[in-house]
Amino acid sequence: MSKKDRLSGNEAVAIAMRQINPDVMPAFPITPSTEIPQYFCDFVANGKVDTEFIPVESEHSAMSACIGASAAGARVVTATSSCGMAYMWEELHVAASDRLPIVMNLVNRALSGPININADHSDGMGAKDTGWIQFYAENCQEAYDNFIMAYPIAEDKRVHLPMMCCQDGFITSHAVENILLEDDEEVKKFVGEYEPEHYLLKDGEPMAVGPYSVTNYYFEARRAQDEAMSHVPEVAKEVQERFAKTFGRKYDFIEKYRMDDAKYAIVIMGSAAGTMKYYVDRLRDEGEKIGLIKIRMFRPFPAKDVAAALKDVKAVAIMDRAQSFSNAGGPLGVEVTNALFHARSQAQAMDYVYGLGGRDLLEEHARTIMDDLKDIAANGHDDYYRYLGVREA
Amino acid sequence: MKDTLEIRWHGRGGQGAKTAALLLADVAFETGKYVQGFPEYGPERMGAPITAYNRISDNQIRLHSNIYEPDYVAVVDETLLESVDVTAGLSEEGGILINSTRTEKEIRPLLNGYKGAVYLIDARGISERTLGKNFPNTPMLSAIVRICEVMDEEDFFGLMLRLYQHKFASKPEVVDGNMEALRQAFKEVRNG
Repeated sequence: MSKKDRLSGNEAVAIAMRQINPDVMPAFPITPSTEIPQYFCDFVANGKVDTEFIPVESEHSAMSACIGASAAGARVVTATSSCGMAYMWEELHVAASDRLPIVMNLVNRALSGPININADHSDGMGAKDTGWIQFYAENCQEAYDNFIMAYPIAEDKRVHLPMMCCQDGFITSHAVENILLEDDEEVKKFVGEYEPEHYLLKDGEPMAVGPYSVTNYYFEARRAQDEAMSHVPEVAKEVQERFAKTFGRKYDFIEKYRMDDAKYAIVIMGSAAGTMKYYVDRLRDEGEKIGLIKIRMFRPFPAKDVAAALKDVKAVAIMDRAQSFSNAGGPLGVEVTNALFHARSQAQAMDYVYGLGGRDLLEEHARTIMDDLKDIAANGHDDYYRYLGVREA
Repeated sequence: MKDTLEIRWHGRGGQGAKTAALLLADVAFETGKYVQGFPEYGPERMGAPITAYNRISDNQIRLHSNIYEPDYVAVVDETLLESVDVTAGLSEEGGILINSTRTEKEIRPLLNGYKGAVYLIDARGISERTLGKNFPNTPMLSAIVRICEVMDEEDFFGLMLRLYQHKFASKPEVVDGNMEALRQAFKEVRNG
């Protein structure tokens, strides 16, 4: 039976972790980590889980310990945020290339500098090419649900890759809102036991994990990693379907909102997707034919799904809560325009950088986008990206 | 727009404005509403101005931004009236609740021309009488519930009793004082 509750995103994910009861949680217990290890420590101290909690001296060590424990054959969890994950960067690649299905909750926050603790996607986007699966949540419910779906995706033999479940800092992580929690036993049953085929502590099967790989082998290993990532959509689809059947909430890699007859669209991810749905409703009330596409799965990128969803629009706005410094748009903009190009789309596309360091997305921004989209649909444009909500000197 | 009640809290770090917002979310949730309760984080330190927010609705709340046009504003520390534009965007159909012993006549000039209702409560006095210390957020919570009429009086006290019994499970002796603070504040809040 589902239970109605009201929780912050941090609390919700900590509860999912308790329900899953992983074998090992290495985590850096103070800022820039999150409240999640703190809540989880209570569960450990109160005997609600039998997880081995390893308080490490840095995030680099947190991920190193995750790698060691996961290679040994344990189900491993960690949580971090912002500069904390930046400090894991080297080890993120190792976790992925060692094909270790570690699950991490990332609370998306700005990177320094200037020093800022608020929501944006700079940290997650900075890790988009580390080989981790990435899902982004719109709200507390999705943060919880994504976490429950994470192990069945990551640990599947066809995949065997680490996964990041992302939620927006403060807006989701610290805001209390309504949520449906599932029964402990149902969650445990859904996630199942982890039974790795190959692991360091397996009797009678000596193996090395993460050894030096000469030029003659490195490339093939990396190619195999990409192959594993290509299996994520089929596996994630199965898991999402089983989730819908078990718990009643349906998810896809992208969510289409009011797209049926849309001539204009906004592509967005994270908590701002909810805010933008509200503004889309207001614009629809005024007769504008605008819809929204929310990206839930960013790695691997559901390029064909996105292109198909956008096939009838005249112009699309792509919303980046991170910069790329290419002078040609942000990371989501690049993914979406790549998808559109390969689909031979004729749509005009404008990338917007918004919301850095926790800056709010406002209704006036949605109206600017609406005006821009009509303008570029009619007149074209030669710029690739624009800033939204920033004070210009 | 207004199927959602929006409240903005102004306080100083350590006064419990965030806790009040979270408790209001809790108690409104218990009456079956969709809720949001969230603080705006800045450099956290005792005494620094902080803001917290509530949305309460019969429908799912998708909007995840701060609140710029609140129906009600609660000011936990009246010294903020001099440094923060607490009435910014505030609906004139709504009102502002201020923790103060001053009169409306004395307060009104500090509100940047705000014409809506002004509610006053001596939250400090009530807290010191009932709890022996200055925890202004408890009386403020009760006063805002009364002003916004977001739930029935007896429902509110019944639910708060349960919340406090849970929250203070390890120190039940403080439950009565907190309940008394709520009851006095509910009665004493002044419209002007």
